[in-house]
Amino acid sequence: MSIEIRDLEVFRKKKKVLSIEKLEIPAGQILSILGPNGAGKSTLLLAIAQLIEPKKGEILFEKQPVPWGNLDLRRKISMVFQDPLLLDDTVFGNVATGLKVRGIPRKEWKNRILEQLGLLGIVHLAKRSSRSLSGGEAQRVSLCRALVFSPEVLLLDEPFAALDPASRPVLIAELKKLLRQKGITALFVTHDRNEALMLGDRIAVLEAGRLIQIGAPQEVFSTPATASVAALVGVENVLPGKVVHQEQGVATIEVQGIEVRAVSEAREGEKIWFCLRPEDVVLHIGPLGPSSLRNHLEGTVRSVLPLEAQVRVTIDCAFPVAALITKQAFFDLELREGKVVGLSFKASAVHLIPRS
Amino acid sequence: MEMIRAGFLEALRLLFALDPAVMEVVRLSLLVSGAATFLSLLLGIPLGSVLALSDFPGRKLLFSLVNTGMGLPPVVVGLIVSVLLWRSGPLGFIHLLYTPSAMVIAQVAIAFPIVAGLTAAALGALPPQLKLQLEALGADRFQVVLLLLREARLPLLAAVMAGFGGVISEVGASMMVGGNILGQTRVLTTATVMETSKGNFEAAIALGLILLLLSFSVNLALTLIQQKKRI
Repeated sequence: MSIEIRDLEVFRKKKKVLSIEKLEIPAGQILSILGPNGAGKSTLLLAIAQLIEPKKGEILFEKQPVPWGNLDLRRKISMVFQDPLLLDDTVFGNVATGLKVRGIPRKEWKNRILEQLGLLGIVHLAKRSSRSLSGGEAQRVSLCRALVFSPEVLLLDEPFAALDPASRPVLIAELKKLLRQKGITALFVTHDRNEALMLGDRIAVLEAGRLIQIGAPQEVFSTPATASVAALVGVENVLPGKVVHQEQGVATIEVQGIEVRAVSEAREGEKIWFCLRPEDVVLHIGPLGPSSLRNHLEGTVRSVLPLEAQVRVTIDCAFPVAALITKQAFFDLELREGKVVGLSFKASAVHLIPRS
Repeated sequence: MEMIRAGFLEALRLLFALDPAVMEVVRLSLLVSGAATFLSLLLGIPLGSVLALSDFPGRKLLFSLVNTGMGLPPVVVGLIVSVLLWRSGPLGFIHLLYTPSAMVIAQVAIAFPIVAGLTAAALGALPPQLKLQLEALGADRFQVVLLLLREARLPLLAAVMAGFGGVISEVGASMMVGGNILGQTRVLTTATVMETSKGNFEAAIALGLILLLLSFSVNLALTLIQQKKRI
Protein backbone atom coordinates (compact mmCIF):
# COMPACT_ATOMS: atom_id res chain seq x y z
CA MET A 1 0.00 0.00 0.00
CA SER A 2 1.47 3.37 -0.99
CA ILE A 3 1.40 6.28 1.45
CA GLU A 4 1.43 9.94 0.56
CA ILE A 5 1.59 12.79 3.04
CA ARG A 6 0.61 16.33 2.10
CA ASP A 7 0.94 19.46 4.25
CA LEU A 8 0.68 17.44 7.45
CA GLU A 9 0.68 19.26 10.77
CA VAL A 10 0.33 17.45 14.08
CA PHE A 11 0.02 19.13 17.47
CA ARG A 12 0.56 17.55 20.87
CA LYS A 13 -0.41 19.46 24.01
CA LYS A 14 -1.05 22.53 21.84
CA LYS A 15 2.51 22.45 20.49
CA LYS A 16 3.29 21.78 16.86
CA VAL A 17 5.45 18.67 16.83
CA LEU A 18 5.29 17.66 13.18
CA SER A 19 5.09 19.63 9.97
CA ILE A 20 5.71 17.75 6.73
CA GLU A 21 4.92 19.30 3.36
CA LYS A 22 5.32 16.19 1.26
CA LEU A 23 6.40 12.62 1.78
CA GLU A 24 5.71 9.70 -0.54
CA ILE A 25 6.37 6.07 0.25
CA PRO A 26 5.71 3.71 -2.67
CA ALA A 27 4.04 0.36 -1.98
CA GLY A 28 6.46 -2.27 -0.72
CA GLN A 29 9.21 0.19 0.16
CA ILE A 30 10.99 0.29 3.52
CA LEU A 31 11.69 3.82 4.72
CA SER A 32 14.09 4.26 7.63
CA ILE A 33 13.51 7.41 9.64
CA LEU A 34 16.45 8.89 11.52
CA GLY A 35 16.36 11.82 13.88
CA PRO A 36 17.27 12.99 17.35
CA ASN A 37 14.90 12.74 20.33
CA GLY A 38 11.85 14.93 19.95
CA ALA A 39 12.21 15.12 16.16
CA GLY A 40 8.64 13.90 15.64
CA LYS A 41 9.52 10.41 14.38
CA SER A 42 7.09 8.52 16.62
CA THR A 43 4.40 11.16 16.06
CA LEU A 44 4.69 10.58 12.31
CA LEU A 45 4.11 6.84 12.80
CA LEU A 46 1.16 7.45 15.15
CA ALA A 47 -0.41 9.82 12.62
CA ILE A 48 -0.03 7.26 9.82
CA ALA A 49 -1.43 4.56 12.13
CA GLN A 50 -4.49 6.80 12.64
CA LEU A 51 -3.80 7.01 16.35
CA ILE A 52 -3.16 10.77 16.48
CA GLU A 53 -5.42 13.08 14.54
CA PRO A 54 -3.51 15.64 12.45
CA LYS A 55 -4.62 19.23 12.78
CA LYS A 56 -3.99 19.92 9.12
CA GLY A 57 -3.14 18.15 5.89
CA GLU A 58 -3.90 14.68 4.70
CA ILE A 59 -2.45 11.21 4.49
CA LEU A 60 -3.38 9.33 1.33
CA PHE A 61 -3.36 5.56 1.16
CA GLU A 62 -3.18 4.10 -2.36
CA LYS A 63 -3.58 7.74 -3.48
CA GLN A 64 -7.01 7.90 -1.81
CA PRO A 65 -7.95 10.17 1.09
CA VAL A 66 -9.47 8.24 4.00
CA PRO A 67 -11.57 9.71 6.83
CA TRP A 68 -9.43 9.89 9.95
CA GLY A 69 -9.69 6.90 12.31
CA ASN A 70 -11.33 4.62 9.74
CA LEU A 71 -11.33 1.15 11.35
CA ASP A 72 -10.99 -0.74 8.05
CA LEU A 73 -7.86 1.26 7.24
CA ARG A 74 -6.50 0.88 10.78
CA ARG A 75 -6.81 -2.87 10.36
CA LYS A 76 -4.54 -2.80 7.31
CA ILE A 77 -1.82 -1.10 9.35
CA SER A 78 0.20 -2.61 12.16
CA MET A 79 2.67 -1.09 14.59
CA VAL A 80 5.45 -2.37 16.82
CA PHE A 81 6.70 -0.23 19.68
CA GLN A 82 10.08 -0.10 21.42
CA ASP A 83 8.59 -2.00 24.37
CA PRO A 84 7.10 -5.36 23.27
CA LEU A 85 3.92 -4.55 25.30
CA LEU A 86 2.82 -8.18 25.46
CA LEU A 87 -0.38 -9.14 27.25
CA ASP A 88 -0.35 -11.39 30.32
CA ASP A 89 -1.07 -14.49 28.26
CA THR A 90 0.75 -17.24 26.41
CA VAL A 91 2.79 -16.43 23.31
CA PHE A 92 0.04 -18.06 21.22
CA GLY A 93 -2.62 -15.93 22.95
CA ASN A 94 -0.62 -12.78 22.35
CA VAL A 95 -0.08 -13.45 18.66
CA ALA A 96 -3.79 -14.23 18.33
CA THR A 97 -4.81 -10.73 19.51
CA GLY A 98 -4.96 -9.16 16.05
CA LEU A 99 -6.85 -12.14 14.62
CA LYS A 100 -9.32 -12.08 17.51
CA VAL A 101 -10.20 -8.39 17.17
CA ARG A 102 -10.70 -8.85 13.41
CA GLY A 103 -13.21 -11.63 14.04
CA ILE A 104 -11.13 -14.18 12.12
CA PRO A 105 -12.54 -17.67 12.89
CA ARG A 106 -10.70 -19.53 15.64
CA LYS A 107 -10.10 -22.58 13.42
CA GLU A 108 -7.82 -20.44 11.20
CA TRP A 109 -5.72 -19.18 14.08
CA LYS A 110 -3.52 -22.17 14.70
CA ASN A 111 -2.07 -22.51 11.20
CA ARG A 112 -1.51 -18.79 10.77
CA ILE A 113 0.06 -18.32 14.19
CA LEU A 114 2.33 -21.36 13.98
CA GLU A 115 3.43 -20.34 10.48
CA GLN A 116 4.28 -16.82 11.63
CA LEU A 117 6.06 -18.08 14.75
CA GLY A 118 8.02 -20.44 12.52
CA LEU A 119 9.08 -17.61 10.20
CA LEU A 120 10.62 -15.79 13.15
CA GLY A 121 12.07 -18.98 14.63
CA ILE A 122 10.07 -19.05 17.86
CA VAL A 123 7.50 -21.77 17.28
CA HIS A 124 8.88 -23.56 20.36
CA LEU A 125 7.71 -20.65 22.52
CA ALA A 126 4.03 -20.95 21.55
CA LYS A 127 2.85 -22.27 24.93
CA ARG A 128 5.16 -20.17 27.08
CA SER A 129 3.82 -17.36 29.23
CA SER A 130 4.78 -13.93 27.91
CA ARG A 131 6.12 -13.08 31.38
CA SER A 132 8.83 -15.74 31.10
CA LEU A 133 10.40 -14.48 27.85
CA SER A 134 13.75 -12.74 27.40
CA GLY A 135 13.80 -9.26 25.82
CA GLY A 136 14.75 -10.64 22.40
CA GLU A 137 12.10 -13.37 22.50
CA ALA A 138 9.43 -10.89 23.59
CA GLN A 139 10.28 -8.55 20.71
CA ARG A 140 10.09 -11.42 18.23
CA VAL A 141 6.63 -12.27 19.63
CA SER A 142 5.65 -8.63 19.26
CA LEU A 143 6.76 -8.72 15.60
CA CYS A 144 4.82 -11.97 15.03
CA ARG A 145 1.73 -10.40 16.58
CA ALA A 146 2.03 -7.43 14.23
CA LEU A 147 2.58 -9.56 11.12
CA VAL A 148 0.20 -12.50 11.63
CA PHE A 149 -2.83 -10.73 10.17
CA SER A 150 -0.88 -9.78 7.01
CA PRO A 151 -0.89 -5.99 7.33
CA GLU A 152 -0.23 -3.90 4.25
CA VAL A 153 1.73 -1.32 6.24
CA LEU A 154 4.07 -2.02 9.15
CA LEU A 155 5.21 0.80 11.41
CA LEU A 156 8.24 0.09 13.57
CA ASP A 157 9.03 2.50 16.41
CA GLU A 158 12.56 1.60 17.53
CA PRO A 159 11.65 -2.06 18.04
CA PHE A 160 15.26 -3.20 18.43
CA ALA A 161 16.44 -0.54 20.89
CA ALA A 162 16.15 -2.83 23.92
CA LEU A 163 17.85 -5.82 22.28
CA ASP A 164 21.45 -6.79 22.83
CA PRO A 165 23.72 -5.63 19.99
CA ALA A 166 24.54 -9.18 18.89
CA SER A 167 20.95 -10.21 18.17
CA ARG A 168 19.91 -7.01 16.38
CA PRO A 169 21.46 -7.63 12.93
CA VAL A 170 20.03 -11.17 12.86
CA LEU A 171 16.51 -10.04 13.65
CA ILE A 172 16.74 -7.10 11.24
CA ALA A 173 17.86 -9.41 8.42
CA GLU A 174 14.99 -11.82 9.14
CA LEU A 175 12.49 -8.98 9.26
CA LYS A 176 13.75 -7.48 6.00
CA LYS A 177 13.35 -10.85 4.29
CA LEU A 178 9.80 -11.17 5.61
CA LEU A 179 8.83 -7.66 4.54
CA ARG A 180 10.19 -8.30 1.05
CA GLN A 181 8.41 -11.66 0.76
CA LYS A 182 5.06 -10.16 1.70
CA GLY A 183 5.57 -6.83 -0.09
CA ILE A 184 4.75 -4.86 3.03
CA THR A 185 5.29 -1.10 3.05
CA ALA A 186 7.26 -0.27 6.18
CA LEU A 187 8.39 2.79 8.11
CA PHE A 188 11.21 2.12 10.53
CA VAL A 189 12.08 4.69 13.18
CA THR A 190 15.51 4.37 14.73
CA HIS A 191 18.31 6.29 16.40
CA ASP A 192 20.87 3.90 15.02
CA ARG A 193 22.24 4.81 11.58
CA ASN A 194 23.54 1.27 11.03
CA GLU A 195 20.08 -0.19 11.62
CA ALA A 196 18.63 2.46 9.30
CA LEU A 197 21.12 1.38 6.62
CA MET A 198 20.49 -2.33 7.13
CA LEU A 199 16.71 -2.14 6.77
CA GLY A 200 15.87 0.93 4.70
CA ASP A 201 15.48 1.22 0.93
CA ARG A 202 15.47 4.97 1.56
CA ILE A 203 16.36 7.08 4.55
CA ALA A 204 14.48 10.13 5.80
CA VAL A 205 15.89 12.48 8.41
CA LEU A 206 13.55 14.38 10.69
CA GLU A 207 14.58 17.27 12.86
CA ALA A 208 12.36 19.46 15.05
CA GLY A 209 9.29 18.04 13.35
CA ARG A 210 10.48 18.76 9.82
CA LEU A 211 11.68 16.50 7.05
CA ILE A 212 15.24 17.67 6.48
CA GLN A 213 16.40 15.14 3.91
CA ILE A 214 15.16 12.01 2.18
CA GLY A 215 16.95 9.84 -0.32
CA ALA A 216 18.79 6.63 -1.01
CA PRO A 217 21.00 5.54 1.92
CA GLN A 218 24.20 6.27 -0.04
CA GLU A 219 22.98 9.76 -0.89
CA VAL A 220 22.00 10.68 2.67
CA PHE A 221 25.15 9.19 4.15
CA SER A 222 27.62 10.66 1.66
CA THR A 223 25.97 14.01 0.98
CA PRO A 224 24.10 15.06 4.12
CA ALA A 225 22.02 18.19 3.58
CA THR A 226 22.88 19.91 6.86
CA ALA A 227 25.56 19.79 9.52
CA SER A 228 23.13 18.12 11.96
CA VAL A 229 22.23 15.43 9.40
CA ALA A 230 25.95 14.92 8.88
CA ALA A 231 26.44 14.36 12.59
CA LEU A 232 23.41 12.05 12.66
CA VAL A 233 24.68 9.84 9.85
CA GLY A 234 28.13 9.47 11.39
CA VAL A 235 30.14 12.20 9.70
CA GLU A 236 32.15 12.94 12.81
CA ASN A 237 34.33 15.64 11.30
CA VAL A 238 32.04 18.61 10.72
CA LEU A 239 33.82 21.99 10.82
CA PRO A 240 33.02 25.49 9.62
CA GLY A 241 35.09 26.72 6.67
CA LYS A 242 35.16 29.03 3.67
CA VAL A 243 35.85 28.44 -0.03
CA VAL A 244 38.98 30.40 -0.99
CA HIS A 245 39.42 29.14 -4.53
CA GLN A 246 37.40 27.30 -7.18
CA GLU A 247 38.92 25.63 -10.21
CA GLN A 248 37.23 23.11 -12.49
CA GLY A 249 35.03 21.54 -9.85
CA VAL A 250 37.67 21.40 -7.17
CA ALA A 251 37.22 23.84 -4.33
CA THR A 252 40.04 24.88 -2.07
CA ILE A 253 38.67 25.59 1.34
CA GLU A 254 40.15 27.05 4.45
CA VAL A 255 39.31 25.26 7.66
CA GLN A 256 40.71 26.89 10.78
CA GLY A 257 43.75 28.19 8.94
CA ILE A 258 44.46 25.01 6.98
CA GLU A 259 43.72 24.57 3.27
CA VAL A 260 42.07 21.40 2.00
CA ARG A 261 40.69 20.45 -1.39
CA ALA A 262 37.22 19.12 -2.07
CA VAL A 263 35.40 17.97 -5.20
CA SER A 264 32.64 20.58 -5.19
CA GLU A 265 31.12 23.34 -7.28
CA ALA A 266 30.97 25.67 -4.25
CA ARG A 267 31.75 29.27 -5.21
CA GLU A 268 34.70 31.25 -4.02
CA GLY A 269 33.90 33.15 -0.82
CA GLU A 270 31.03 30.81 0.09
CA LYS A 271 30.76 29.81 3.75
CA ILE A 272 30.48 26.06 4.15
CA TRP A 273 30.50 23.17 6.58
CA PHE A 274 33.44 20.85 5.90
CA CYS A 275 32.31 17.21 6.36
CA LEU A 276 34.58 14.20 6.40
CA ARG A 277 33.69 10.65 7.46
CA PRO A 278 36.24 9.15 9.89
CA GLU A 279 36.54 5.97 7.80
CA ASP A 280 37.76 8.07 4.82
CA VAL A 281 40.87 9.27 6.69
CA VAL A 282 44.10 7.35 6.00
CA LEU A 283 46.80 7.47 8.70
CA HIS A 284 50.49 6.95 7.95
CA ILE A 285 53.92 7.47 9.46
CA GLY A 286 56.28 9.47 7.25
CA PRO A 287 55.54 10.42 3.65
CA LEU A 288 52.81 8.55 1.80
CA GLY A 289 53.72 6.90 -1.51
CA PRO A 290 52.02 7.75 -4.82
CA SER A 291 48.24 7.81 -4.35
CA SER A 292 45.05 9.53 -5.43
CA LEU A 293 44.72 11.26 -2.07
CA ARG A 294 44.96 15.03 -2.54
CA ASN A 295 44.85 16.23 1.03
CA HIS A 296 47.82 15.64 3.32
CA LEU A 297 48.02 16.96 6.89
CA GLU A 298 50.14 16.23 9.91
CA GLY A 299 49.04 16.05 13.53
CA THR A 300 49.50 14.55 16.96
CA VAL A 301 47.47 11.62 18.27
CA ARG A 302 45.27 12.96 21.03
CA SER A 303 43.26 9.86 21.94
CA VAL A 304 42.83 6.23 20.97
CA LEU A 305 39.57 4.33 21.51
CA PRO A 306 39.42 0.63 20.56
CA LEU A 307 35.96 -0.28 19.21
CA GLU A 308 34.53 -3.67 18.23
CA ALA A 309 36.40 -4.20 14.94
CA GLN A 310 38.15 -0.86 14.50
CA VAL A 311 40.04 1.76 16.45
CA ARG A 312 38.90 5.36 16.66
CA VAL A 313 41.83 7.77 16.68
CA THR A 314 41.56 11.52 17.28
CA ILE A 315 44.37 13.61 15.80
CA ASP A 316 45.12 17.27 16.53
CA CYS A 317 46.12 19.23 13.43
CA ALA A 318 44.95 22.81 14.10
CA PHE A 319 41.51 21.20 14.50
CA PRO A 320 40.62 17.74 15.80
CA VAL A 321 40.08 15.04 13.15
CA ALA A 322 38.51 11.67 13.97
CA ALA A 323 39.74 8.64 12.01
CA LEU A 324 38.56 5.03 12.02
CA ILE A 325 41.26 2.49 11.19
CA THR A 326 41.49 -1.29 11.37
CA LYS A 327 43.06 -2.94 14.39
CA GLN A 328 45.81 -4.27 12.11
CA ALA A 329 46.67 -0.76 10.88
CA PHE A 330 46.65 0.43 14.49
CA PHE A 331 49.25 -2.19 15.48
CA ASP A 332 51.33 -1.67 12.31
CA LEU A 333 51.53 2.09 12.91
CA GLU A 334 52.27 1.57 16.62
CA LEU A 335 49.96 4.47 17.47
CA ARG A 336 49.91 5.96 20.93
CA GLU A 337 48.90 9.30 22.41
CA GLY A 338 51.36 12.08 21.54
CA LYS A 339 52.78 10.37 18.42
CA VAL A 340 53.05 12.49 15.28
CA VAL A 341 51.22 10.99 12.28
CA GLY A 342 50.36 11.95 8.73
CA LEU A 343 46.69 11.93 7.73
CA SER A 344 45.42 11.99 4.17
CA PHE A 345 42.05 11.90 2.45
CA LYS A 346 40.60 12.17 -1.02
CA ALA A 347 39.16 15.43 -2.30
CA SER A 348 36.06 13.42 -3.25
CA ALA A 349 35.68 12.22 0.36
CA VAL A 350 35.09 15.78 1.51
CA HIS A 351 31.46 16.88 1.44
CA LEU A 352 30.59 20.56 1.64
CA ILE A 353 27.31 21.89 3.01
CA PRO A 354 26.39 25.56 2.50
CA ARG A 355 26.51 27.43 5.82
CA SER A 356 24.08 30.31 6.35
CA MET B 1 -13.30 -16.70 79.18
CA GLU B 2 -16.27 -18.97 79.88
CA MET B 3 -18.46 -16.62 77.84
CA ILE B 4 -16.09 -16.78 74.87
CA ARG B 5 -15.81 -20.58 75.09
CA ALA B 6 -19.57 -20.87 75.29
CA GLY B 7 -19.97 -18.50 72.35
CA PHE B 8 -17.55 -20.54 70.29
CA LEU B 9 -19.36 -23.80 71.12
CA GLU B 10 -22.72 -22.20 70.37
CA ALA B 11 -21.40 -21.08 67.01
CA LEU B 12 -20.28 -24.60 66.18
CA ARG B 13 -23.65 -25.97 67.28
CA LEU B 14 -25.56 -23.46 65.18
CA LEU B 15 -23.37 -24.16 62.20
CA PHE B 16 -23.43 -27.93 62.34
CA ALA B 17 -27.09 -28.11 63.32
CA LEU B 18 -27.89 -25.90 60.35
CA ASP B 19 -30.17 -23.88 62.59
CA PRO B 20 -32.99 -22.63 60.30
CA ALA B 21 -33.09 -19.12 61.79
CA VAL B 22 -29.33 -18.72 61.44
CA MET B 23 -29.34 -20.19 57.93
CA GLU B 24 -32.01 -17.68 56.93
CA VAL B 25 -29.85 -14.84 58.23
CA VAL B 26 -26.80 -16.23 56.39
CA ARG B 27 -28.83 -16.69 53.19
CA LEU B 28 -30.14 -13.13 53.32
CA SER B 29 -26.66 -11.74 54.08
CA LEU B 30 -25.20 -13.53 51.08
CA LEU B 31 -28.11 -12.60 48.86
CA VAL B 32 -28.09 -8.89 49.73
CA SER B 33 -24.30 -8.46 49.72
CA GLY B 34 -23.86 -10.71 46.65
CA ALA B 35 -26.45 -8.74 44.69
CA ALA B 36 -24.95 -5.44 45.87
CA THR B 37 -21.44 -6.55 44.85
CA PHE B 38 -22.69 -7.72 41.44
CA LEU B 39 -24.50 -4.43 40.78
CA SER B 40 -21.46 -2.51 42.02
CA LEU B 41 -19.32 -4.31 39.46
CA LEU B 42 -21.84 -3.50 36.72
CA LEU B 43 -21.70 0.19 37.64
CA GLY B 44 -18.17 0.51 39.01
CA ILE B 45 -16.16 -1.19 36.27
CA PRO B 46 -17.53 0.98 33.43
CA LEU B 47 -17.15 4.14 35.55
CA GLY B 48 -13.60 3.17 36.55
CA SER B 49 -12.77 2.42 32.91
CA VAL B 50 -14.08 5.79 31.76
CA LEU B 51 -12.10 7.56 34.49
CA ALA B 52 -8.89 5.73 33.62
CA LEU B 53 -9.09 5.74 29.83
CA SER B 54 -10.92 8.90 28.80
CA ASP B 55 -10.27 12.57 29.08
CA PHE B 56 -13.28 14.84 29.43
CA PRO B 57 -14.16 18.06 31.24
CA GLY B 58 -14.86 17.36 34.90
CA ARG B 59 -12.90 14.11 34.94
CA LYS B 60 -10.73 15.17 37.86
CA LEU B 61 -13.78 16.30 39.84
CA LEU B 62 -15.49 12.96 39.19
CA PHE B 63 -12.31 11.12 40.14
CA SER B 64 -12.12 12.93 43.48
CA LEU B 65 -15.82 12.26 44.10
CA VAL B 66 -15.22 8.54 43.51
CA ASN B 67 -12.18 8.62 45.78
CA THR B 68 -14.29 10.31 48.46
CA GLY B 69 -16.97 7.68 47.91
CA MET B 70 -14.45 4.94 48.61
CA GLY B 71 -14.40 6.04 52.23
CA LEU B 72 -18.09 6.90 52.56
CA PRO B 73 -19.34 6.17 56.13
CA PRO B 74 -22.14 3.54 55.93
CA VAL B 75 -24.31 5.46 58.39
CA VAL B 76 -24.25 8.49 56.09
CA VAL B 77 -25.28 6.25 53.18
CA GLY B 78 -28.00 4.76 55.43
CA LEU B 79 -29.23 8.22 56.31
CA ILE B 80 -29.35 9.40 52.67
CA VAL B 81 -31.11 6.25 51.43
CA SER B 82 -33.55 6.39 54.37
CA VAL B 83 -34.40 10.02 53.64
CA LEU B 84 -34.89 9.23 49.94
CA LEU B 85 -37.05 6.16 50.59
CA TRP B 86 -38.97 7.52 53.60
CA ARG B 87 -42.71 7.38 53.11
CA SER B 88 -42.88 11.17 52.68
CA GLY B 89 -39.51 11.32 50.89
CA PRO B 90 -38.91 11.86 47.16
CA LEU B 91 -38.90 8.10 46.44
CA GLY B 92 -41.35 7.10 49.16
CA PHE B 93 -43.96 6.04 46.61
CA ILE B 94 -41.95 2.95 45.65
CA HIS B 95 -42.27 1.58 49.20
CA LEU B 96 -38.82 0.05 49.47
CA LEU B 97 -37.77 1.15 52.95
CA TYR B 98 -37.22 -1.80 55.32
CA THR B 99 -36.92 -4.28 52.46
CA PRO B 100 -33.88 -6.24 51.21
CA SER B 101 -33.99 -4.07 48.06
CA ALA B 102 -33.37 -0.96 50.16
CA MET B 103 -30.40 -2.73 51.76
CA VAL B 104 -29.04 -3.61 48.31
CA ILE B 105 -29.38 0.02 47.20
CA ALA B 106 -27.49 1.23 50.28
CA GLN B 107 -24.78 -1.40 49.88
CA VAL B 108 -24.36 -0.58 46.18
CA ALA B 109 -23.83 3.06 47.17
CA ILE B 110 -21.08 1.88 49.53
CA ALA B 111 -19.39 -0.66 47.22
CA PHE B 112 -19.57 0.85 43.77
CA PRO B 113 -17.18 3.78 44.42
CA ILE B 114 -14.74 1.21 45.84
CA VAL B 115 -15.00 -0.92 42.68
CA ALA B 116 -14.82 2.16 40.41
CA GLY B 117 -11.80 3.59 42.23
CA LEU B 118 -9.90 0.30 42.27
CA THR B 119 -10.78 -0.36 38.60
CA ALA B 120 -9.43 3.06 37.62
CA ALA B 121 -6.28 2.38 39.67
CA ALA B 122 -5.83 -1.08 38.11
CA LEU B 123 -6.18 0.27 34.57
CA GLY B 124 -4.02 3.26 35.40
CA ALA B 125 -1.22 0.95 36.50
CA LEU B 126 -0.98 -0.68 33.05
CA PRO B 127 1.74 0.62 30.69
CA PRO B 128 0.42 3.83 29.09
CA GLN B 129 1.38 2.65 25.59
CA LEU B 130 -0.58 -0.61 25.90
CA LYS B 131 -3.81 1.13 24.87
CA LEU B 132 -2.07 2.51 21.76
CA GLN B 133 -0.58 -0.90 21.00
CA LEU B 134 -4.01 -2.57 21.13
CA GLU B 135 -5.48 0.12 18.88
CA ALA B 136 -2.53 -0.37 16.55
CA LEU B 137 -3.40 -4.07 16.39
CA GLY B 138 -6.84 -3.13 15.06
CA ALA B 139 -8.97 -3.21 18.21
CA ASP B 140 -11.95 -0.89 18.29
CA ARG B 141 -12.66 1.20 21.39
CA PHE B 142 -14.83 -1.45 23.10
CA GLN B 143 -12.33 -4.22 22.34
CA VAL B 144 -9.52 -2.08 23.76
CA VAL B 145 -11.41 -1.66 27.05
CA LEU B 146 -12.18 -5.39 27.26
CA LEU B 147 -8.56 -6.35 26.56
CA LEU B 148 -7.28 -3.86 29.12
CA LEU B 149 -9.74 -5.11 31.75
CA ARG B 150 -8.62 -8.65 31.01
CA GLU B 151 -5.01 -7.54 31.44
CA ALA B 152 -5.90 -5.95 34.80
CA ARG B 153 -7.92 -8.97 35.95
CA LEU B 154 -5.83 -9.68 39.05
CA PRO B 155 -6.16 -6.22 40.60
CA LEU B 156 -9.83 -6.27 39.52
CA LEU B 157 -10.32 -9.37 41.65
CA ALA B 158 -8.99 -7.30 44.52
CA ALA B 159 -11.69 -4.76 43.70
CA VAL B 160 -14.32 -7.52 43.92
CA MET B 161 -12.91 -8.63 47.28
CA ALA B 162 -12.80 -5.08 48.61
CA GLY B 163 -16.36 -4.39 47.40
CA PHE B 164 -17.77 -7.58 48.91
CA GLY B 165 -15.74 -7.16 52.09
CA GLY B 166 -17.06 -3.62 52.44
CA VAL B 167 -20.73 -4.55 52.23
CA ILE B 168 -20.87 -7.92 54.00
CA SER B 169 -19.32 -6.30 57.07
CA GLU B 170 -21.21 -3.00 57.20
CA VAL B 171 -23.95 -2.61 59.75
CA GLY B 172 -25.03 1.04 59.91
CA ALA B 173 -26.74 1.35 56.55
CA SER B 174 -28.34 -2.12 56.70
CA MET B 175 -29.77 -1.37 60.13
CA MET B 176 -31.13 2.01 59.06
CA VAL B 177 -32.73 1.04 55.75
CA GLY B 178 -33.48 -2.62 56.53
CA GLY B 179 -34.72 -2.31 60.08
CA ASN B 180 -33.40 -5.74 61.16
CA ILE B 181 -36.78 -7.44 60.70
CA LEU B 182 -36.65 -11.13 61.46
CA GLY B 183 -37.02 -13.25 58.35
CA GLN B 184 -37.10 -10.21 56.09
CA THR B 185 -34.13 -7.89 56.55
CA ARG B 186 -32.11 -9.44 59.36
CA VAL B 187 -28.55 -10.07 58.23
CA LEU B 188 -25.49 -11.28 60.11
CA THR B 189 -24.20 -7.84 61.10
CA THR B 190 -27.53 -6.45 62.28
CA ALA B 191 -28.32 -9.69 64.13
CA THR B 192 -24.91 -9.53 65.86
CA VAL B 193 -25.56 -5.96 66.99
CA MET B 194 -29.00 -6.90 68.27
CA GLU B 195 -27.81 -9.95 70.20
CA THR B 196 -24.96 -7.93 71.75
CA SER B 197 -27.32 -5.17 72.83
CA LYS B 198 -29.59 -7.78 74.41
CA GLY B 199 -26.63 -9.23 76.32
CA ASN B 200 -26.81 -12.56 74.43
CA PHE B 201 -23.07 -12.68 73.94
CA GLU B 202 -22.99 -16.39 73.07
CA ALA B 203 -25.33 -15.84 70.14
CA ALA B 204 -23.52 -12.62 69.17
CA ILE B 205 -20.13 -14.40 69.18
CA ALA B 206 -21.62 -17.25 67.17
CA LEU B 207 -23.02 -14.87 64.55
CA GLY B 208 -19.74 -12.93 64.48
CA LEU B 209 -17.78 -16.10 63.91
CA ILE B 210 -20.09 -17.17 61.10
CA LEU B 211 -19.67 -13.72 59.53
CA LEU B 212 -15.90 -14.02 59.80
CA LEU B 213 -15.96 -17.53 58.35
CA LEU B 214 -18.15 -16.40 55.46
CA SER B 215 -16.00 -13.39 54.68
CA PHE B 216 -12.86 -15.51 54.95
CA SER B 217 -14.25 -18.25 52.64
CA VAL B 218 -15.21 -15.81 49.89
CA ASN B 219 -11.90 -13.99 50.08
CA LEU B 220 -9.95 -17.26 50.23
CA ALA B 221 -11.67 -18.46 47.05
CA LEU B 222 -10.89 -15.18 45.24
CA THR B 223 -7.31 -15.14 46.54
CA LEU B 224 -6.78 -18.70 45.30
CA ILE B 225 -8.01 -17.69 41.85
CA GLN B 226 -5.74 -14.63 41.94
CA GLN B 227 -2.65 -16.57 42.97
CA LYS B 228 -3.34 -19.38 40.50
CA LYS B 229 -3.44 -16.88 37.65
CA ARG B 230 -0.19 -15.33 38.80
CA ILE B 231 1.79 -18.58 38.44
